[in-house]
Amino acid sequence: MRARRVALAVAAPLLAFAISLVVSALVLEAAGYSSGDAFSAMIERGGRSITVFRVLNATGPYYLAGVAVAIGFKMNIFNIGVEGQYRLAALLTGAWAGSQVAGHLPAPLHVLSSLVVAVVVGAAWAGIAGVLKAYRGVSEVISTIMLNAIAVALSAYLLVTYLRAPRRNANDLTIGTREIPGSGRFPLLNRPLEALGVEIPQAGRLSSYLLLAILTGVAYYVLVWRSRFGYDLRATGLNADAARASGIDPKRMILTTMLLSGGVAGLVGLSSMMTEAGRYTSDVVVGGLGFTGIAVALLGRNNPVGIAIAAVLFAYLDQASLALNFEDIPKEIVAIMQGVIVLAVVIAYEIVRRAKLRIEAHDLASDQPEPSLTPAGAAQ
Amino acid sequence: MTAVEVPESPERRTPAPAGRRRVSLPVRYMLTAAAAMLLLAITRAVTDQTPMTAPGTFSSAIELAMPIALAGLGGLWAERAGVVNIGLEGMMILGTWFGAWGGIEYGPWWGVALGALGGAVGGLLHAVATVSFGVDHVISGVAINILGAGTARFLTGVAYEGGQTQSPQVPGRIPSFDVPFLGGALDDLADKHWFLVSDVASLLTAVTHNVSWLVIIGLALFPLTYWILWRTPVGLRLRSVGEDPYAAESLGVNVYRMKYLAVVVSGALAGLAGATLIYVFARQFQDGQTNGRGFIGLAAVVFGNWRPGGLLAGAALFGFTDALQSQQDSVAHGLLLFVSLLVAAIGARLLARREGKRAVAALVVSLLVLVVWSGTERIPNQLIPVTPHITTLLVLVFAAQHLRMPAADGVPYRKGGGK
Repeated sequence: MRARRVALAVAAPLLAFAISLVVSALVLEAAGYSSGDAFSAMIERGGRSITVFRVLNATGPYYLAGVAVAIGFKMNIFNIGVEGQYRLAALLTGAWAGSQVAGHLPAPLHVLSSLVVAVVVGAAWAGIAGVLKAYRGVSEVISTIMLNAIAVALSAYLLVTYLRAPRRNANDLTIGTREIPGSGRFPLLNRPLEALGVEIPQAGRLSSYLLLAILTGVAYYVLVWRSRFGYDLRATGLNADAARASGIDPKRMILTTMLLSGGVAGLVGLSSMMTEAGRYTSDVVVGGLGFTGIAVALLGRNNPVGIAIAAVLFAYLDQASLALNFEDIPKEIVAIMQGVIVLAVVIAYEIVRRAKLRIEAHDLASDQPEPSLTPAGAAQ
Repeated sequence: MTAVEVPESPERRTPAPAGRRRVSLPVRYMLTAAAAMLLLAITRAVTDQTPMTAPGTFSSAIELAMPIALAGLGGLWAERAGVVNIGLEGMMILGTWFGAWGGIEYGPWWGVALGALGGAVGGLLHAVATVSFGVDHVISGVAINILGAGTARFLTGVAYEGGQTQSPQVPGRIPSFDVPFLGGALDDLADKHWFLVSDVASLLTAVTHNVSWLVIIGLALFPLTYWILWRTPVGLRLRSVGEDPYAAESLGVNVYRMKYLAVVVSGALAGLAGATLIYVFARQFQDGQTNGRGFIGLAAVVFGNWRPGGLLAGAALFGFTDALQSQQDSVAHGLLLFVSLLVAAIGARLLARREGKRAVAALVVSLLVLVVWSGTERIPNQLIPVTPHITTLLVLVFAAQHLRMPAADGVPYRKGGGK
């Protein structure tokens, strides 16, 4: 039984991936490109050791965005607002980490305090939607969409008006926060890796941001599957009425879930800003990760390991797509692939769910004793 | 605003108290529009910013509102049949791409048709996922947004050499329309800056002078939608599916067919919204040019309480704010006064309905905005475009109890699955 359950759970994502390969191959062929060339170029690029490092660095933000969305999903809350939460959080974190006050802190405190700022800002922004949903019944889907737009505009305003760093020279046109000193950046994992005997290619760097993502994943698992709160959370997600009847306060659950989701979302934009880029600019903290996070969470079925696999897959596709430019194939085929994967995976889950129901119904029917044709007691 | 006037809301099911007659729908719309115009005229007179109600402002407001309104109309069709359509943005992107490509290949009207068709294909995909497979509507919509944006970018790379993120200029235009003989007189009246009279004259100038046929078609789709959805048997069936699909099923309505119809029309309207964006201003496809307008359309649906008139009012607010953004700071600053008056009007309505607590809250917010207005000289340029977003949030907060979405909106349906 267990083997069958696992097989059914894995079948859907694999099926979805296969469908997306077929669809993108068809699209490529229809547009007059060789799909074989495209895929082999992507696989060749993916096999390089420098790509492995880049994929791992790019996985972190996808993973955290996925976890942020998944926390909401576990309670049937749709946090579309990850987008706005991480962008506002990244700006204010960048401003704090680059500030003179923070610069005097020792390295671990500098980074930790920055993380606290990010979590608090993300949680606060998500909390607005949480309060509106819990106390005014406003759909979080609409309110977070509004809050995303407001966050982007507010970030632009705050950056230009208050947080902008003085220009370094007359040619410096980038608008960004102050440079974050070394003590405020994520340390690289290169040295520990070398100590472990890993061969690091030239220009290969691995940020400890990845560790932050992994730790968050562990915390997500413990919180949702191994704590009283997590039990309440999942119970509310499965059946809100039954949960309320057993004494769970739905308003508090909604608000706490939004705060947690937003807190994790706050960390999404820090990767590059607190590693190599070293300051907030609109090029460093790019938009769109919130929506990718939704895709990643869906693909990973809200499971901490599943989200990790999905995040690696998306990061890999992004990196491998760069090889397509050399083949004169538009690399946006990867965006089509990602969209098809998401759509195919949710459809596949639905098909699998229906199949499972049918199997269960069948099992149940065959477990029943055969109805006896002779009346009871006739054998005596 | 119509957003707070909901005849079907439960507390008004009870017979209206004597002396409070139900007014007919067109009259109510006219009254609402007149009230909005009055607020605007007051704002203009108090701030003494004549560009705020100049004909130019109104005509760009209408042009900017149209794509949002059409996307919202798409959302309305889908949600009336019980399907949430977050994928409007993606369908709109398909509309912009095919709108531009069709225009370049075959001429402007073909571009419009192909834009609508491109959106309809996105709608069909959404229908297959949500209606046939019962996938969560929001999830399918998110996937379609990713897919629509990716497809448009991929096709740009395929179809146009060199420039990877935009198409060449679209040759040819959709012709414009002028009401003869009216222009001069109205223009003179608008220039007089008389209270209310000149403001109305400005608006009339804007709607009678040099209006793209695409805008006229777009506007005509609103009464048409109202007529189809609320005055024909098909519309009744379509809405019944959005309220209670199992009851509709028991009466012999083919629920799947209704939902498919609604979602495909929804996609086509979103595609048309995209094509409007091409032919009314941009004149070429650019990556990211929809800039969240599909989502804003969705917000306008909620703002307008799932009704065409309210939706149009919501879209007008977004369009008007967008139009003011290109004006001087001091003009846009008057927007704060307008928002304050708007929230005060909502508060007054709540008070008339004896909902004291919420009325007081609305009036406090209105007062706060008023204080901000009188204490500042300008709105920061970056914050002007989000004024309607904040207003929508305020409307949601104060009028949430009066908003009534279709009862089975977003609920998956399977034939024979009723209890």
